[in-house]
Amino acid sequence: MTAFLTRTRGRGRLDWTDWFTYLYLALGLFLMFGPVAWLVLSSFKTESAIAEFPPRLLPMGQKQVVVPGEDKPKPVFRVKLPDGSVKELAELRRIGLTSTMVDPAKPDDLVRVPIDARTPVREFKLATENYTDLAAKFDFGQYLWNSVFITIVATIITLLFNSMAAFALSKYRFGGRKVVFLLILSTLMVPPTIVLVPNFLVVSELGLLNSLWGVIWPAVATPTGVFLLRQYMLTLPDELLEAARLDHASEWRIYWRIVLPLTAPALAVLAIFSVMWRWNDFLWPLVVLTKSEKFTLQLALNAFQGDLVTQWNYLLAMTVITLLPVTVVFAFLQKFITQGIASAGVK
Amino acid sequence: MATLNLRQVTKEFDGTRVIHGVDLAVADGDFVVFVGPSGCGKSTLLRLICGLEGVTTGDVEIDGARVNDVSAADRGLAMVFQSYALYPHMTVYKNMAFGLENIGMPRAEIESKVRNAARLLRLDALLERRPTQLSGGQRQRVAIGRAIVREPRIFLFDEPLSNLDAELRVSMRTEITGLHERLKATMIYVTHDQVEAMTMADKIVVLRSGRIEQVGSPLDLYNRPANRFVAGFIGSPQMNFVPVRVESTSGSSVTVALPGGRGLSLPVGHGAPAAGTPLVLGIRPEHLYPATDGNALLSLNVEQLEQLGGHSLIYGAVEGSDARATMHVAGQTSVRAGSAMGMAMDTAHAHLFAADDAGAAL
Repeated sequence: MTAFLTRTRGRGRLDWTDWFTYLYLALGLFLMFGPVAWLVLSSFKTESAIAEFPPRLLPMGQKQVVVPGEDKPKPVFRVKLPDGSVKELAELRRIGLTSTMVDPAKPDDLVRVPIDARTPVREFKLATENYTDLAAKFDFGQYLWNSVFITIVATIITLLFNSMAAFALSKYRFGGRKVVFLLILSTLMVPPTIVLVPNFLVVSELGLLNSLWGVIWPAVATPTGVFLLRQYMLTLPDELLEAARLDHASEWRIYWRIVLPLTAPALAVLAIFSVMWRWNDFLWPLVVLTKSEKFTLQLALNAFQGDLVTQWNYLLAMTVITLLPVTVVFAFLQKFITQGIASAGVK
Repeated sequence: MATLNLRQVTKEFDGTRVIHGVDLAVADGDFVVFVGPSGCGKSTLLRLICGLEGVTTGDVEIDGARVNDVSAADRGLAMVFQSYALYPHMTVYKNMAFGLENIGMPRAEIESKVRNAARLLRLDALLERRPTQLSGGQRQRVAIGRAIVREPRIFLFDEPLSNLDAELRVSMRTEITGLHERLKATMIYVTHDQVEAMTMADKIVVLRSGRIEQVGSPLDLYNRPANRFVAGFIGSPQMNFVPVRVESTSGSSVTVALPGGRGLSLPVGHGAPAAGTPLVLGIRPEHLYPATDGNALLSLNVEQLEQLGGHSLIYGAVEGSDARATMHVAGQTSVRAGSAMGMAMDTAHAHLFAADDAGAAL
């Protein structure tokens, strides 16, 4: 790994191309990874730390100590005392422009200082309550369940429907199969926003508004999936199907026992795509789901941005949680994804 | 165990006729080999018999019953494909059991049938492996095993040995003929390799461009080829063809002028051609031998030699024509490339063919 990362073109020393390459890579890393890192770090900041100016990268909180005789931990300040010395003291209370401070080591010795003589002492501190509060403050579990339900069910149906269509288009010879295939492919060229209104009308007529199924059904037939699976199934030898036919296998059985298992690599790719599409989907759920108990995580995120107040700390924490599944899927299955992109030429 | 009859079977693909009215009768227990150059329609004919393709016109009959409209599965045939077509995601056992599961056979019965077939083919130890973990010969045996467990009326083999190396091909050849003897089943075997055809068949069907050129036992075809195509296709090295001209005819024999001027009198079966008709003389390499004391009929300009120890092959051009000839000589030879030599022939094995494209034997 280290050898790979520190590989150079010049032997033993850095060629100018090395400088250029590493600079370029570093810039790319910063541009792509910077916002994500900022998001994750900020999601651990308290509300006040987020609003702080100038902004800091790391989540810092004010240091707090337990003062004997007090119930709650008290914030620590660095105080410039009248005699010119600087000390770290805990603030007991503040009245007007005067603050009452105490040295935690000597709790009986109270010091009164003007507030402009003290500066807060900061330390690295993760505001994990951003995450733990989420479940309690919002109907987070419900949103998560809605998202998971839509993603899993839509993916299963997508795989089933698309593979059946792909099987017919790749393995049966019938009049007009090229036309059908081209029709399916041509829908790739229609932007989703164009069919948004017709789709909405259909879903509305079917009484599927504010139903998770209203999000699932319009999304399951994907031209990309049909195309990807068809291309893969074309590589399966026809002799296999003929052998199965001679083996008294019905067409359904050929599909289920022979074609589907052998298409597993392409199905895996489509499953990954489908999970990412459905999980990240925003526009369509936004149109179909209007009741907050039906919201997916993406919609909930959006609803978090109030007209007057936005609780950025919670919003950021929720964004991180929303990103996690897709990131995990991508990290573990990236081999299949690249393979799928290479084999089908789709994104 | 079954008989098969093809009656005036034709097949067209998109209006192109690839099988032209084939008639064929296969008796119960026969081992029939379809042989011919690639593209001659032999595999198509097999698929028509099997039911994977429908005939355009004509009838396919199995055991006397017309099966044109019977599906491939219900014809009671089993096919061994060129690529074996094993299900890659199933174990050897599953591969063989799949067809039996599909007809709802009880589990115990399937198990005993598969085990029996596996024993017959020495696959017992491999039942839990997947096809990718097997060698070519083992895969071949699994494919045959899958056919055996179904106890078909007729076995169909579509160039089953073409993916194996030469050595394995020889041993699989004897294995398949051994299987035929044990099962006594009707088998139809497609190959482009005339050696396989000669060694395995009870009956060879030579096909060219969708037509049957000749049907007969291997030695029948070898000794009495019906036309120049069959004569050239059966036998290795190929039969030599030398252009000749009829000099005179007398009843059932004809005297032809050989290149180089010598005359040769040969019997003809029917209708001796008129004097002056061009013909083609066919003579196999092993029926030519170096001339001694003036019995030379042809002169050969030797171009190349192949000394194989046990026998030698001499290649060259026939003096006085543009024909080339091969001579098979027993043992080793002292002939040199570049020299000329006289050739005598065993005239009892000489054939005369018409010089036209059909090249029918006279």
